[in-house]
Amino acid sequence: MAEIQRHDNRLGIWGWLGGGRWGIERYAYILHRLTGLGILLYFLMHIVVTSLRARGIYLWVEGGFFHRPIFKVGEFLVFAAFAYHAFNGVRLVLVELGFAVGKPIEPVYPYKTSLNVQRPLLIVMMILAAIFLAVGGYEFLGLAK
Amino acid sequence: MPEDSKTVRQIKFHVTRYNPESDGAPYVKTYTIPVREGMTVLDGLHYIKDNVDSTLAWRYSCRMGVCGSCGMLLNGQPTLACNTQILHIAKTDLTVAPLPNFDIIRDLVPDLLSMFDKHRSLKPYVVRADEAEINDPAGEFYQSPEELEAYLQFTYCIKCGCCMAACPTLATDARYLGPMPLAAAERYNVDTRDDGRRQRNQQTGSAHGAFRCHYAGECSRVCPKGVDPAKAIQLLKRKLVLDYLHLARRKKPCQKLHGPGQGKPLPNIPAGPAKTV
Ligand code: SF4
Ligand code: SF4
Ligand code: FES
Repeated sequence: MAEIQRHDNRLGIWGWLGGGRWGIERYAYILHRLTGLGILLYFLMHIVVTSLRARGIYLWVEGGFFHRPIFKVGEFLVFAAFAYHAFNGVRLVLVELGFAVGKPIEPVYPYKTSLNVQRPLLIVMMILAAIFLAVGGYEFLGLAK
Repeated sequence: MPEDSKTVRQIKFHVTRYNPESDGAPYVKTYTIPVREGMTVLDGLHYIKDNVDSTLAWRYSCRMGVCGSCGMLLNGQPTLACNTQILHIAKTDLTVAPLPNFDIIRDLVPDLLSMFDKHRSLKPYVVRADEAEINDPAGEFYQSPEELEAYLQFTYCIKCGCCMAACPTLATDARYLGPMPLAAAERYNVDTRDDGRRQRNQQTGSAHGAFRCHYAGECSRVCPKGVDPAKAIQLLKRKLVLDYLHLARRKKPCQKLHGPGQGKPLPNIPAGPAKTV
């Protein structure tokens, strides 16, 4: 029999966004990946910038390149990414170790899933991240001085 | 269709079509059909095939949410065509597409083999040393109702693939085992008759195994049978970690009690009625 042609219907990166019921955990999942990639990118840039001192270039000294306001915003974004990634990460560690997902139950329609069980944890973690961000923002705006 | 059920509305079905012999890529064809109350998407597809376009292909069998053949993407959500009433999800338009994350064989028919191959690789059956006892049982295994409940939910899976279509991890990692096979692995891992967890750990704990899942939970949200594969995967991960750290208790699989029909009923249980056949 001749090989039948198939059409590859894998969603790829769009699958992070499409095909599903759009629960809050999916947004959390996407944001976790994006913040993770963002922090990684920052880390790589950080290594490049600090390694420049080997050539005698100090971009971070008072009045230097990194003292433009745009970097303040960028720094805050890195901080925000960190805060979200850390608190959401704690939730994921707990969930992935089988805490906060509940026991297997008899499925009775309308189905309740482990997502309902862990939702309070998600909410608490997001509140903590928000408090962390607010305190950090206060500091970033220089209000703490 | 019974004469007395009246047409309620004309609904436009936007159906993905693909013929591997003549089409380079899938395209969408629109059919407007009369829809009556209670009509399922599966009924709608039958109407199209019977009255409008006999070349339309899809897969179905039981038409009552049992066989798992008719998983499709309806208005962007993976679900069963036979279990979904048109008027519950469509006012004027309904998009019907094959389940994503699977190759399309033709029209609405996805190639589910990639899922079944992964499923098979996880030994989705009772594994134990005394194999003869499984193949040719000489007695019954004892399992308490509580032990049954530990995996019962995961046995309701009908292998429809809706969870695989919804999973964002699978969308970018074709080799990720996916929610259905992993839930099946957990179903057998916690079965007290089974002794194969450590064998399955080789696959479930691999680079494309359970730890690729980050609990987007879409699998559990779309599952038409309430199987909650996301829960199964997290419980599976917990055991993987415990096994890795050598902290899991080693338990022998439950043993044979007695031959069929030789069990003694508990006291205080009244005798059943006399056999009639
Ligand atoms: S877990 Fe649910 S969605 Fe996935 S294959 Fe089984 S029945 Fe279908
Ligand atoms: S919980 Fe895991 S398996 Fe389920 S959709 Fe999310 S990433 Fe996929
Ligand atoms: S036709 Fe069997 S599940 Fe839909």
